[in-house]
Amino acid sequence: MCLAVPGKIVEISETAHGRVARVEFGGVTRPVQLDFVPEATVGDYVLTHVGFAISRVDAEEAARTFEALEAMGLLDNEELKAS
Amino acid sequence: MKYLDEYRDERIARRLLADIRRRVARPWVMMEICGGQTHTLMRYGIDEILPPLITLVHGPGCPVCVTPLEIIDKAIRIASRPEVIFVSYGDMLRVPGSDSDLLRVKASGGDVRVAYSPMEALKIARANPGRQVVFFGIGFETTAPANAMAVWRAREEGLSNFSMLVAHVLVPPAIRLLLTSPANRVQGFIAPGHVCTVMGYQQYEALSREFRVPFVVAGFEPVDLLEAILMLVGQLEDGRASVENQYVRSVTREGNLAAQKTMEEVFEVTDRKWRGVGLIPASGLRLRPEFAAYDAERIFDVGECNAAEPAECISALVLQGLKKPWDCAAFGRRCTPESPLGAPMVSPEGACAAYYQYRRHAVPA
Amino acid sequence: MNDDRDNLPAFTCPAPLAARDKILLGHGSGGKLSAELIREIFLPAFQNPFLARLDDQAVVTVGGTRLAFTTDSFVVSPLFFRGGDIGSLAVHGTINDLAMGGAQPLFLSAAFIIEEGLPMATLRRVVESLERAAREAGVVIVTGDTKVVEKGSGDELFINTSGIGVVPEDVNLSANQARPGDRVILSGAIGEHGIAILAEREGLEFDCPVVSDSAPLHTLVAAMLSAAPGAIRCLRDPTRGGVSSTLNEIATQSGVGIEIDERQILMREEVKGACELLGLDPLYVANEGKLIAIVAPQSAESLVAAMRRHPLGRDAQIIGTVCAAHPGLVVMRTLLGTSRIVDMLAGDQLPRIC
Repeated sequence: MCLAVPGKIVEISETAHGRVARVEFGGVTRPVQLDFVPEATVGDYVLTHVGFAISRVDAEEAARTFEALEAMGLLDNEELKAS
Repeated sequence: MKYLDEYRDERIARRLLADIRRRVARPWVMMEICGGQTHTLMRYGIDEILPPLITLVHGPGCPVCVTPLEIIDKAIRIASRPEVIFVSYGDMLRVPGSDSDLLRVKASGGDVRVAYSPMEALKIARANPGRQVVFFGIGFETTAPANAMAVWRAREEGLSNFSMLVAHVLVPPAIRLLLTSPANRVQGFIAPGHVCTVMGYQQYEALSREFRVPFVVAGFEPVDLLEAILMLVGQLEDGRASVENQYVRSVTREGNLAAQKTMEEVFEVTDRKWRGVGLIPASGLRLRPEFAAYDAERIFDVGECNAAEPAECISALVLQGLKKPWDCAAFGRRCTPESPLGAPMVSPEGACAAYYQYRRHAVPA
Repeated sequence: MNDDRDNLPAFTCPAPLAARDKILLGHGSGGKLSAELIREIFLPAFQNPFLARLDDQAVVTVGGTRLAFTTDSFVVSPLFFRGGDIGSLAVHGTINDLAMGGAQPLFLSAAFIIEEGLPMATLRRVVESLERAAREAGVVIVTGDTKVVEKGSGDELFINTSGIGVVPEDVNLSANQARPGDRVILSGAIGEHGIAILAEREGLEFDCPVVSDSAPLHTLVAAMLSAAPGAIRCLRDPTRGGVSSTLNEIATQSGVGIEIDERQILMREEVKGACELLGLDPLYVANEGKLIAIVAPQSAESLVAAMRRHPLGRDAQIIGTVCAAHPGLVVMRTLLGTSRIVDMLAGDQLPRIC
């Protein structure tokens, strides 16, 4: 359920309401609470839901699995039509 | 946008689809649990291009759809009070209660505001000391940590004019109910990737073992869902039943421990009535007694709400994947997004709304 | 086990909420509810052939001259936003309604409904902006009106502008003229105005360099009419309800289907980011400086070239085709290569968490 969007941390500050990051989503930035990803640092990608980061994207893991997917994509050219 | 665009890549999607077609040999019924996943499948027409051997049914993973009618009615009553500023996620505004909805309360002069985050409700409370700010705390496990944190902060700050109307629901008990129903036809599940980001997937391992049913934890982009479907088909064809994780960039087996800790501190498990389905034991969250001062249900005596759904609404059957929206006699006629009979037609993630928006012109003969 | 499960069909029935006895915000959002209001209340009351065409403007003939006449009210909140304010918007919006009829805009009226207590400096700022927008567009505000309402009865300031312009003899544009084979052209990137407004609103705070695209389109239209005389069937500006509402209106009024390609629809990164974040579909987000043109196929390429030579048409693209199939429906080829229906917006698009 749960619209959670990945964004890049560009700045972190300690505020009266906890650790808050400025996170960039394709050119728009929003404040995001980092209470649940205390290990996140500037440059990390976090998945954000209702103003809170709920996970830190594991960049290496993501790259590895995505490379496998991409290799697949280069092989075939089947059309996306209803079968 | 990184980690989004790549998972909408056409070439990769084609290749995954080709692999699915090659892999599937027998008919299978699979369910995607989460409304956000339903939305993606509909929006990208994935359900229409999968081989006919695969039947996708849509699950109860739409918190807007399953928030109990009684709670909606309570929300409406609370929001109608002149001293209240009622703050809610946008999704809930058009959900019909027994005889009204929050948007109508707003139209009648109620102070109803949309917030993207519960932190904004705290801000409103700080800025309006003379008013009572009530936040509508709905959602699955994904949203619970944020809502919990808002209540926790309110207590830290000693905010005396903030409270939350809590109606959280939990996914695994609903899946258990589905799997124990004699009418169940679902053989494999696409598990909700963001719920699992918070909770991990150990609970699904227990279900998988007990009912010998495969699960694949999936993300929300078309490539995520196609990859998950391929993995699920693999398990089904091989006769395997375990929990696999497609959404590795976000989900780990244990989930987010910091988020779970905050949830446990603020909420406790309770029985909850699911709209259209009925009471499911231990399937909801409520505020712990220590946070009673922030519990809107205790603070506002709005009486009991005994509500009943329109008889025509078959949302129960739709939410359990037993019927499709277009099986309903009222679908598209007496029940439309503008005049909905039930919640799944109103919620942007509801199966009925998705079908209405993307599929109503393709009703099968 | 759960009793309710077995009794599912036995729930009793309160009356469904079908009848609408109050105006809702959705009635003003340019989607289905707005259309319903027009169909059920306004059209039956004001029956006449001009209104029945449901174009953005009415073209009437007075003493041998074809005049376009239009009116528009502006209730935007906040009053000031990146890229404009209620004053400049009030001028651009009405000029554009005239321009969509192929008219050369000439004269505007401006009526103000002001809430008691509005700072004089605010009014002055709006009026200055309105005057500047009019002057830069070459139109004159020739008449107006002012009313003040009690505090609480109006959201700071509402403005209505009406406008007249002259329509050249050989220009005939209407949403009921699209024919199978015609091409659909979009003049630039979408979603900027709606997102710019959202960015300023309380409760949805985010830092956002998105600037409203509010602009007067009449000179672009003049260049287009000159580049493709007789080939343009219809012009519409996709304001409230976005590109989707406009295309659906054209499809319905012409009794044709429209097919568009998602890959051809341009959007700035910031607009895309904001839409992803809020769960908004950019096809439903308002634009105030863009237009959609339906044009005969043989003139489409040269028209796009001409548009790209104009500052407001630099990113013009052919985004689709009019077809005979699925009349009244707009179908989009998605990024994935599959098809989906682009339905008319039901009420208001609300930001979602799900």
